[in-house]
Amino acid sequence: MSHLGYAAGMDSFQATIDADGRIEPRDAMPDGYRKTLIRQIAQHAHSEIIGMQPEGNWISRAPSLRRKAILMAKVQDEAGHGLYLYAAAETLGVDRADVLDLLHSGKQKYSSIFNYPTLTWADIGAIGWLVDGAAIVNQVPLCRCSYGPYARAMVRVCKEESFHQRQGFEILYTLCNGTPEQKAMAQDALDRWWWPSLMMFGPPDSASTHSEQSMAWGIKRHSNDELRQRFVDMTVPQADVLGLRVPDDGLSYDEEAGHYRFSEPDYTELYDVVKGNGPCNQERLAHRVKAHEDGAWVREAAAAYAEKQALKEAAA
Amino acid sequence: MTDLFVYSLRLGDDALISAQRTAEWIAAAPQLEEDVALGNIGLDQLGQARTLLQYAGTVEGAGRSEDDLAYFRDEREFLNLQLCELPNGDFAHAMARLLYFATYQQLLYEELLKSSDEMLSGVAGKAVKEVAYHVDHATQWVLRLGDGTEESHQRMQAGLDALWPYTAEMFSSDELVQRLDVAVDPSTLQDEWTRRVTAVIDESTCGRPESSYQHSGGREGRHTEHMGYLLAELQHVARSHPGATW
Repeated sequence: MSHLGYAAGMDSFQATIDADGRIEPRDAMPDGYRKTLIRQIAQHAHSEIIGMQPEGNWISRAPSLRRKAILMAKVQDEAGHGLYLYAAAETLGVDRADVLDLLHSGKQKYSSIFNYPTLTWADIGAIGWLVDGAAIVNQVPLCRCSYGPYARAMVRVCKEESFHQRQGFEILYTLCNGTPEQKAMAQDALDRWWWPSLMMFGPPDSASTHSEQSMAWGIKRHSNDELRQRFVDMTVPQADVLGLRVPDDGLSYDEEAGHYRFSEPDYTELYDVVKGNGPCNQERLAHRVKAHEDGAWVREAAAAYAEKQALKEAAA
Repeated sequence: MTDLFVYSLRLGDDALISAQRTAEWIAAAPQLEEDVALGNIGLDQLGQARTLLQYAGTVEGAGRSEDDLAYFRDEREFLNLQLCELPNGDFAHAMARLLYFATYQQLLYEELLKSSDEMLSGVAGKAVKEVAYHVDHATQWVLRLGDGTEESHQRMQAGLDALWPYTAEMFSSDELVQRLDVAVDPSTLQDEWTRRVTAVIDESTCGRPESSYQHSGGREGRHTEHMGYLLAELQHVARSHPGATW
């Protein structure tokens, strides 16, 4: 593309977008497109690695060895998702170390859902079922995102997420068919995770600031409210299968429209948590920063060792 | 209690308690690649534990499952090495432990491949490939840390030294392993273990650890003070709901 002028590059970019094609790392792209993607992919990666904490919190206490193995594998998958999302961000000209610094200094965010605590084993089921369920609804359209590396990363992530979602549902299904205490644990988890899960789709369309341009660029394919509706329609029948009550008195099925009607989430809570005022914001970031700082001497040692080895090889 | 039951528990408990400690690194490792690698290693250890505990339950014939054995035995009934239960310490401690333990497991499983007990040789057949990776991973890190920076060298040395007094227990023989012809007498592994481990330590530029004291007791169910807390965490949900399935 370098032989083309800026204007020609932008024409070619727009033509690719208009034809629903893929933009690749070496293609010309507007600055705003690049910046938007860096922010979105980095924050997506941050969400994966911060998301390891609430679930990792239960690995040591998982109530059976089979569940322990499944949970370990799941949290490990999230680390893997973080790795390929950071790699996708790097194709846009940033370093993983730099975007991690932006996370650690609070300049970039991660999904607010991970600022809620996991209080019982049933929360591990609820996260898999609801949070991964919402993530899938958000991410499936991203498999057709206009930026190639992000779209391809999402194909792989979505496959694993749908596996996680089934595992989460199965945890709750087992609890709901177990003792009364186990069933109560499952209901309590749904009560606490339902509204935060609905808020994973972001502010209502009437208040969403980034959506319009992202839609035009083929990064975003559906509005927040469309995706939220899709999630509710998918999830409520599953709650019925579990025999759990969705904690929304305004919930009803609109036969004519073929959709569930539901109450508006309390978005002031979402804005508060995004601003840093959620139950676990401080802890999640502090844990992440501590792991990073505790590991600094290890990363320095690895770099020093690699340098020594390279010198030895050069001398040989 | 038959010898084979006890022997399977020993190996299974080593793997289970190691998995519990390894898993503590997930979401706390020095870099994301290491979260993935330690996740892999922990999953391998947990897989070995599950197979061995299931087998112990079958051999015992009292209807106990892997979960009954993992969640409903008390501390004095656990037969793992004390090395496996010690708190993680820093990353250098973790890699020192992995080098010591995985090298031991590698030698043990290589011998166990020849066992006439099909179940034990089957476990070994799968595990021997897994622990080869664990040994390699630990070796690479011991070399990097030992010959990295001044700080990492000191930390690596400290890790190797701190855990050395827990290594002799791996090789202590007793009447059970001598009686049980399908078992490996671990005392036969010590020379080769020492040769392999010291080769790595030498290359890492660290000094060979020495100790006038060696801990023991794990195989008789005598543990360190850390073990009770580890089990409290591992077992508490299952024990709060006796009879429940998960």
